[in-house]
Amino acid sequence: MAGKPKLHYTKGRGKMESIRWLLAAAGVEFEEEFIETKEDLEKLRNDGFLLFQQVPMVEIDGMKMVQTRAILSYIAAKYNLYGKDLKERAWIDMYVEGTTDLMGMIMYLPFQPADTKEKNLALIIERATTRYFPVYEKALKDHGHDYLVGNKLSWADIHLLEAILMAEECKPDILSAFPLLQAFKGRTSNIPTIKKFLQPGSQRKPPADEKFVAVVRKIFNI
Amino acid sequence: MSGKAKLHYFNGRGRIFFLRWLLAAAGVEFEECFLETKDDLVKLQKDGSLLFQQVPMVEIDGMKMVQTRAISNYIATKYNLYGKDLKERALIDMYVEAVIDLNELLMTHTFQPADKKEQHFATIVDKATNRYFPVYEKVLKDHGQDFLVGNRFSRADVQLLETLLMAEECKPDILANFPHLQSFKARISNIPTIKKFLQPGSQRKPPLQEKDVPKLMKIFH
Repeated sequence: MAGKPKLHYTKGRGKMESIRWLLAAAGVEFEEEFIETKEDLEKLRNDGFLLFQQVPMVEIDGMKMVQTRAILSYIAAKYNLYGKDLKERAWIDMYVEGTTDLMGMIMYLPFQPADTKEKNLALIIERATTRYFPVYEKALKDHGHDYLVGNKLSWADIHLLEAILMAEECKPDILSAFPLLQAFKGRTSNIPTIKKFLQPGSQRKPPADEKFVAVVRKIFNI
Repeated sequence: MSGKAKLHYFNGRGRIFFLRWLLAAAGVEFEECFLETKDDLVKLQKDGSLLFQQVPMVEIDGMKMVQTRAISNYIATKYNLYGKDLKERALIDMYVEAVIDLNELLMTHTFQPADKKEQHFATIVDKATNRYFPVYEKVLKDHGQDFLVGNRFSRADVQLLETLLMAEECKPDILANFPHLQSFKARISNIPTIKKFLQPGSQRKPPLQEKDVPKLMKIFH
């Protein structure tokens, strides 16, 4: 009875996008059921499908999984993207938490009040270029491998690529001081499953525009 | 060279509280190095000890680990508090992530401006009693076992207990409608390592007092 995983979320990136990336990179086909109105969300809640009344929710392997990190950890472990032992896991976790923090800042940008947008964008760029990217640049420099951890593709690489592309949407030349990250980006984008996901028509979602922000506010009452 | 684990943080609960609980529950002795001033933080940043320039940082097994979730995942796995297989891990993760969300609400209460405090308190009570506690009450009721997952003590039990206690600090009768959570609380509190951690003189930290907020803001802002 193991059909394709089924993702329940809005038609935008939000907290589900990293899950889409990970599944796609792992070569796992998945279906999506989109929440378009408040009523769609209420129905999921009333049917008892959402353990804590929240999405993302992913139907996978007979479970209705919720909580983004729980879902991501499960997928990463299941598809061998979580390192070979406890120490590699620890490094992957540390790296992923860093890119999660950075992407979280970028994700909320469209929802910030207009008068704080410029300040927040500046903070994102500062954090990206002084706190986060230097860490990954150094990691790649120090070991000289193609991948962040254990000389093998892992969740950390996929997450970092996602973060790089999101940051470039904020500032196209944001990687200018990071030659190894540029090479990493080129290399990782060419992995067949990822290349496919980066093509038009894939299940990758576009950044939120003002119209979409309004829809999301209505659905979630925020 | 693998001495005791060493925690670098300020002398309060903050983001590291469930790390202390996890280590204590696992029976692992640890040392603490408290940040008292901004200079203490800057020193750690300057000597390259903090991967993303942030605390908490835990020196453990030759690593300087950062990021609370990474650290707690490592400790939980190392000390067999993370379930026996992928599916148990998934359940534990779901339960723990929700507990973290509730903890976030509880933890930020002290930092709320005076005019927002009452509404924030109402939100805490609403979410705790309508969204989170009913789930754990039902889990315990449905399987009738002592522990949340796999009939075995795990980090989910530790972290839920801790949250229940924090919620009671906010509103002492908050568990009134949750008999299974009440007996869970009593039962888990009696586990020897946890019982020890709950006693005065342990490394458990008290709730943040309003008077300590300015000092904290000085270190981190």
